[in-house]
Amino acid sequence: MLSDEDKRRIESEAGRYPSRRAALSEALLIAQESRGWLSDEGLADAAREVGVSEASAESVATFYELVYRRPVGAHVVLVCDSVSCWIRSGESLVEALEAQLGVELGGTTSDGLFTLLPAGCLGLCEQAPAIMIDGEAYGDLTPERLRALIDGIRGRAHGDAAQR
Amino acid sequence: MATPLNARMTADGIAVSLRDYRAAGGYLGLGSARETGAAAVNEAVKKAGLRGRGGAGFPTAMKWAALPPDDGGPRYLVVNADEKEPGTMKDRYLMEGDPHQLLEGIAIAAIATGARKAYIYLRREYGRCARELEKAIDEAVAAGLLEGLELHLHQSAGRYLCGEETGLLNAIEGKRAAPRNKPPFPQVSGLWGRPTVVNNVETLCNLPHIMREGADWYKSLSSSSDGGTKIYGASGWVARPGLWELPLGATAAEILDRAGGMSAGRSLRAFLPGGASTDFLPASKLDVKMDFDSVAASGSRLGTGTMIALDDRTCPVGMLLSLERFFARESCGWCTPCREGLPWVSRCLEALESGEGEMGDIEALEDHARDLAPGRTFCALAPGAMEPLASALKLFREDFVDHVTRKGCRYK
Repeated sequence: MLSDEDKRRIESEAGRYPSRRAALSEALLIAQESRGWLSDEGLADAAREVGVSEASAESVATFYELVYRRPVGAHVVLVCDSVSCWIRSGESLVEALEAQLGVELGGTTSDGLFTLLPAGCLGLCEQAPAIMIDGEAYGDLTPERLRALIDGIRGRAHGDAAQR
Repeated sequence: MATPLNARMTADGIAVSLRDYRAAGGYLGLGSARETGAAAVNEAVKKAGLRGRGGAGFPTAMKWAALPPDDGGPRYLVVNADEKEPGTMKDRYLMEGDPHQLLEGIAIAAIATGARKAYIYLRREYGRCARELEKAIDEAVAAGLLEGLELHLHQSAGRYLCGEETGLLNAIEGKRAAPRNKPPFPQVSGLWGRPTVVNNVETLCNLPHIMREGADWYKSLSSSSDGGTKIYGASGWVARPGLWELPLGATAAEILDRAGGMSAGRSLRAFLPGGASTDFLPASKLDVKMDFDSVAASGSRLGTGTMIALDDRTCPVGMLLSLERFFARESCGWCTPCREGLPWVSRCLEALESGEGEMGDIEALEDHARDLAPGRTFCALAPGAMEPLASALKLFREDFVDHVTRKGCRYK
């Protein structure tokens, strides 16, 4: 369910355009925030807020790649497989991530911590190879840096769990 | 050598503040545009020879001139900041490094076009750009610099076609970003059916300098028949991948030189001059001047001006597979040749790379390069995807054949 704050943010977005529908993609992403992915209920909430049919909202939700209509892990890893990163790493960056996380592209780790997704060019070509985790960019990756990065997130997650 | 676009940028990459931007003459161009008015701005930009930096190189003043006369109703300016052409990172550099330069350019374009509302359509992956732009917009509004203009940041939910100017309009309206039929062009019927101009980030960043220093000065910066400088880039196995501002018409060799040449142990075999959807040029054409007309005359396109180097140790078929996999994934599915053709191209290349290819696959690739040519599809995505493919089939034919006869890739 959308919180009052979510609704306020959608309202603020809608106020920027002559048509409420223009706030749809933002509304879908706001509805996605609580779970990390957009459930049927979240989609219906966003559609209602913006004033479009659920079918119409679905047509938009399935078009854009940052809207996730299926469950994802706590951290979404976008691995760039476009040309500049491919030249610098071949398939090895994707393979290293798959091996380290124990999932294939598109998969989510069994502990629910990571989802690994391929991404078109992230615009970090001078820092190739590059990935993005939860919207943060990481470039000039080596197998060692990659390992430290993923291990760091794992360590923090397990530390949090231990504290609880 | 004057480098107006990145002159104020700091070595540590921290965005130029409003104070520093103004101290360096920032917003004086806007002041001059306000004084002289729309007609004078249009005239200056035309005389300056500014061509759009998004990839197509359409003259900016001519784009604006296609707007109908003001009928008193709304008209919009849209900034295309949805940089997702593989191998391209120049707009990110401009927005992260000097956000006020873009805002001043937007304000000047708004005067020229009569737009009172503008949207920056930014890809969401550019989080740092979003933070810098939001801060800069707040500062500029507080300082009264954007008077008469309502400027909003719209962050994309992500897809390559959002960068196609009519797909972008659909995206802002909250629809799927499938391209629209042209005509009508956006200038006549754009956002919500109203007159709209879509300009690229780098294009707009040039306007403050044209207005402040004058069209003649701007024109003199270039070593081509068009005006200005260009943010060039190089990626791939070059010694120091990066971005540099050089006169428009600098040679590809000069750009590669800025990158420190090729990485140790590798030599240049060919390059894509400006992003994924440009034709390969062989290393022998490294002396090509990187301006719109010169690159076109040599058989490719300047595109975004960020070159991607193919070295002698990287498989051209593998590189093509990476390119075509991207295009196949990004097809919006609206028209059949693109929706069905690009995955087929991708599968043929996969087969060749994995050693399961046949000579017939090479023929199928040649067929597609012809059948997905401009005019055969609804928008330019598939024809763009065929530019590297068609040129690769000519330049690297022996590599394609070798994958079949060897039943595998000799670069692995």
